[in-house]
Amino acid sequence: MSRAWKHQFDPEPWSPDDDAGPASRLDPGASAGRLMLRRFLRHRLAVLAALFLGLSYLSLPFVDFLAPYGANERDVEHLYAPPQPIHLFHEGRFVGPFVYPTAGRADLREYRWRYETDATRPMPLGFFCPGAPYRFLGLVETRLRLVCPPEGATLHLLGTDRLGRDILSRLAIGAQLSLTVGLLGIAVSFGIGVTLGGMAGYFGGRTDYAVQRLSEILKSLPELPLWLALSAAVPAHWSPVAVFLCISVILGLLDWPGLARAVRSRFLALREEDFVMAAELMGASPARIIGRHLLPNFASHLLASATLSIPAMILGETALSFLGLGLRPPATSWGVMLNDAQNLTAVETYPWVSAPMIPVILVVLSFNFLGDGLRDALDPYHDS
Amino acid sequence: MLRFILRRLLVMIPTLIVVSMLIFVVINLPPGDFLSNQIAELRATGQEAGLAKAEFLRHEYALDRPLPEQYLIWIGVWPGPSGFNGLLQGDLGWSFEFGKPVAEVVGETLWFTVILNFSAVLFVYLVSFPLGALAAIRANSWVDYLAAIVGYIGLATPNFLLALILLYYGQRWLGLPIGGLMDPRYENEPMSWAKVGSVLHHLIVPTIVIGLSGTAAMVRRLRANLLDELGKPYVVTAKAKGVPPVRRLTRYPLRMALNPFVSDIGSLLPSLVSGSVLISVVLSLPTIGPALLEALRAQDQFLAGFILMFISLLVLVGMLISDILLALLDPRIRLSKRKRS
Repeated sequence: MSRAWKHQFDPEPWSPDDDAGPASRLDPGASAGRLMLRRFLRHRLAVLAALFLGLSYLSLPFVDFLAPYGANERDVEHLYAPPQPIHLFHEGRFVGPFVYPTAGRADLREYRWRYETDATRPMPLGFFCPGAPYRFLGLVETRLRLVCPPEGATLHLLGTDRLGRDILSRLAIGAQLSLTVGLLGIAVSFGIGVTLGGMAGYFGGRTDYAVQRLSEILKSLPELPLWLALSAAVPAHWSPVAVFLCISVILGLLDWPGLARAVRSRFLALREEDFVMAAELMGASPARIIGRHLLPNFASHLLASATLSIPAMILGETALSFLGLGLRPPATSWGVMLNDAQNLTAVETYPWVSAPMIPVILVVLSFNFLGDGLRDALDPYHDS
Repeated sequence: MLRFILRRLLVMIPTLIVVSMLIFVVINLPPGDFLSNQIAELRATGQEAGLAKAEFLRHEYALDRPLPEQYLIWIGVWPGPSGFNGLLQGDLGWSFEFGKPVAEVVGETLWFTVILNFSAVLFVYLVSFPLGALAAIRANSWVDYLAAIVGYIGLATPNFLLALILLYYGQRWLGLPIGGLMDPRYENEPMSWAKVGSVLHHLIVPTIVIGLSGTAAMVRRLRANLLDELGKPYVVTAKAKGVPPVRRLTRYPLRMALNPFVSDIGSLLPSLVSGSVLISVVLSLPTIGPALLEALRAQDQFLAGFILMFISLLVLVGMLISDILLALLDPRIRLSKRKRS
């Protein structure tokens, strides 16, 4: 508005350039990808979430190295041990990272474990030292770990569970399954959604009608009871890996209607565009039109909506495992761990057993922020 | 209006048929059935006495017939061993796990399920409406941020854990009751105000937990819609003409933003009902949630099948109601549908 006012009081001669308005972008020649990136970077929370998720996923192959204990390593002397802090100073003197040893005794009056810290003997932590053996990347047998408990003491930063297993280590190792279940699930749902949605959008007519009705019906069904019913059908004697794959497929199986609808509506809208007509007139085959002209136009949009539906799957896995119908105990996932936190005793007496809820919340929030950021960034020519 | 409702009801019939097929397939996915497992077990332990009974039941409930025929008998359009008696005739079948008819097993829990879900929907509306409206009017104020934070918590916390935590602290700080749907002393009493009060008291925690994530979604939705409306020129005009703030808000923008608010409840229902099943298991509420889990574990197929059908029906009826409400609220929807047909 100020620009319009300017000439009412400005003695300077008017030039048509003044009315062109401010340049809508600083560099009009920037590519769409660059603009998207720039827009995405402006979204602080989304960038933070992307960094967090990237770091989490990148560290998945190395969790055995990072965790001080093995996932099913039991310490019968420390059942339900509370979280143990790492100290740096002992009696005002710098020692470096160390822990105080703890000793447990059964409190038979309140019927729980009590732990006492012996604050006279600081025990420095070891770094790059041998711990329980594991197979690095499932290939090389090794004992090397980033940090290990000192001889004769423990290092339970988040405490231990009912069987004396280290919760922090189990959290790290459980992340492998909990974080990948969402990715596998979304891959399944993506496959079904893009295929069916694409078919509906491209062929139209009866195919379209059938896909539409089916997705409407599936959308109106409550997911969890069906997930429960499907996972109850997974035979109990299967190996943990097979069960894990099955559960991811089940999670993805009911999630595709939303994606299929998005793909379909995009197809319908884009089919009418001039550039599709041009490609058709130039003799491009349907496969080329779909792959070369249509898909790139909304691939990014699909990516954003896929990101937004991963959290539901991660929460779904937790819920299924929590109810005992998802992943089963020799496997370690956040849901399996939360299964231990099922009763009020856990909440009241041993609250650290519920620790897996923190990474669950962080991951779910991160995916939400990332998805929101992506969705906003994907429309670089649209100013909000 | 009547024609709209009728047409909407007719659409439900094919949906229900497809849903029942889906559920039947899902229920029969695990190899074998309850009785064949039982027969195998009886054989293995050499208890010949029970065998005859199990075989008899297997025949009686047509489990020895091919699956498509079993399906038709189950829904009641094909004569079973004792004539037409399927879901359509109101015969819900036999629960092998509990050893009594399904109708007796689920019995009262159906009502509790409906009450629980109804109160959750009510909670979502009552909380998200003022909160969403306030968050939009006072955008970027502390109310807005508070709503956003509550929303994110509701979105990201696994609701079963939230249930446990709320239950514990609700008990500790507010003296809210733990578990169940009413005080044990009212269990077999006739209806009275005290009993209703007790039920309401017990409903607080489950309602909040089930409704929270839905509330979060609705608050975000209403806020976005209302903000869109508030930026439109007619609001500016009203302001310029001196329409007082409250009237300026309620007269048109709020009504416009209300529309998607009502239609959204339909898409929210499946997740609400899902949540109620999970929460009922955690808090041991006498809804059909725990029975469903038990039935699925034991492959008690008639029980599991009926419960899944009931849950789906609950969602479909809820969606029907939300559609009717929407049509009442917005004449454009009634008219456009009529034009198309």
